[in-house]
Amino acid sequence: MTAGAPVVTVREVSKAYPSGTLALDRLSLDVEPGELLSLLGPSGCGKSTLLRLIAGLAEPSSGSIAWTDTAAQNRLGFVFQEPTLMPWARVEDNVRLPLMLAGMSRGESGRRVGEAIAHVGLGGFERAYPRELSGGMRMRVSLARALVTRPRVLLMDEPFASLDEITRFRLESDLAELHQRQRLTVVFVTHSVFESVYLGTRVVVLSPRPGRVIASRRIEGPAPRVEAFRTSTAYLEACRDVSALLAAAMERPRTLTLSPSGSEGISPPPSPSGGRGQG
Amino acid sequence: MASRTMRPSYRVLAPGLIGLLALGAWEGMVRWQGIPPYILPGPILIARTVVSDWGTLFPSLLITLAITAAAFLVSAVLGLVLAILFTQSPWIERALFPYAVILQVTPLVAIAPLIILWIKWIPLALLICAWLVAFFPVLSNTVLGLTSTDRNLVDLFRLYGATRWQALRYLRLPAALPYFLGGLRISGGLALIGAVVAEFVAGTGGAQSGLAFRILEAGYQLQIPRMFAAVFLISAAGVLIFAVLTGLSRLALGRWHESEIDAEG
Repeated sequence: MTAGAPVVTVREVSKAYPSGTLALDRLSLDVEPGELLSLLGPSGCGKSTLLRLIAGLAEPSSGSIAWTDTAAQNRLGFVFQEPTLMPWARVEDNVRLPLMLAGMSRGESGRRVGEAIAHVGLGGFERAYPRELSGGMRMRVSLARALVTRPRVLLMDEPFASLDEITRFRLESDLAELHQRQRLTVVFVTHSVFESVYLGTRVVVLSPRPGRVIASRRIEGPAPRVEAFRTSTAYLEACRDVSALLAAAMERPRTLTLSPSGSEGISPPPSPSGGRGQG
Repeated sequence: MASRTMRPSYRVLAPGLIGLLALGAWEGMVRWQGIPPYILPGPILIARTVVSDWGTLFPSLLITLAITAAAFLVSAVLGLVLAILFTQSPWIERALFPYAVILQVTPLVAIAPLIILWIKWIPLALLICAWLVAFFPVLSNTVLGLTSTDRNLVDLFRLYGATRWQALRYLRLPAALPYFLGGLRISGGLALIGAVVAEFVAGTGGAQSGLAFRILEAGYQLQIPRMFAAVFLISAAGVLIFAVLTGLSRLALGRWHESEIDAEG
């Protein structure tokens, strides 16, 4: 990993919904350049909210989110949990959308659209409509659309959660490769321990709502990831650690968040039941 | 949903068979009971009357259809434009929507006499009456369509810096299209009903002779078969309008919308 100034600095950010529910509580986080940061936490811990705040789709109630590199901020890709395609538009037009909105003509954008579609392995499906594709293929279209702007930063909100395992494994490998090849910075929200470890160069564990950073753990593994990593000792060890961290996060009483947030690692509890707390 | 999995031949056969049975029973009853035509004419007599009185009925049909078409077009355009205005500014919506509802819930027969009284040019009065019943489904459906756009897509457009116009043109309008077309399908039939009701209210008082006028006239003259023939033409026109609008919607939504896709094997 190249050590440099963080791409995004999140400082003491809190977010309350209009209903008064606190989604995030004084959360701090640095996104380092070139990393694939897995944000891991239980459902409803505010990780999607955090991603929306980073993207600028919502404003924090307090605290600050700073992009050190505004060029990166302007070249941002976002992938939602659902493919979020326009059903009335063909694959190529869905992928073209960001360029079209930026005022680029069809002629200019044509090559980049073709490239992006090829990158995600959907060559030949340019003229298809979303409903004619499988769930995994739709997600690839969504990915191609995020890549077409040649982003520096990719924000992904549980993009593979609704896919079957085989499709998910393939897309995870593809994403790992894209991350490596295009030197992307990726923030990847997930509630799966295994996914967070397989993909992430770093895993940040969030507490249940209101979300705070409980722990951060680097994952050592081949770059880009290969399927063999899934059965390696390093992977399994990391999964056990992260599971334990998550379990610890789940056990903490919600009102008691005294430890300094954002610090590296709370030591996992001594209990050997490392597989707990993936819910 | 069941019709989507049926074989096409059944889709035509089943209702056709029911229709034939009903018509046969009707004709049989009229004959065996010896019901005179001025009480209840049989379907064969009605069919003959449609043919023999075509010279009077057809021009009347055209007049009614002209009013219907004009009211429908105004409803479609105005419904769409108002819906866009409503969704662009909550102020406009809050200010105007209650009145749209009031127009919709007030019975046409109650206000048609006033409209016909105020507006001297009868075709325009009829048009306004028909429009009053026809435009609300377009308006409310389109507003619903424009406001129920996928939230994530709205976010995506924001993220990529879409202007208000771009979001409307490339996101909200296409997303609202199925709703708009659904509104049109309801509105087409209502425009016809509105036109006929208004013609009834206008009666013989100087109105151009639309089909409703023919029904009234035939009623006064106890030409019941012609009355039935006129009613039949109105229903047929309604079915035709629905079929045309359904075809239009199929053409427009084509490959992308679930409602227009037949179940696959």
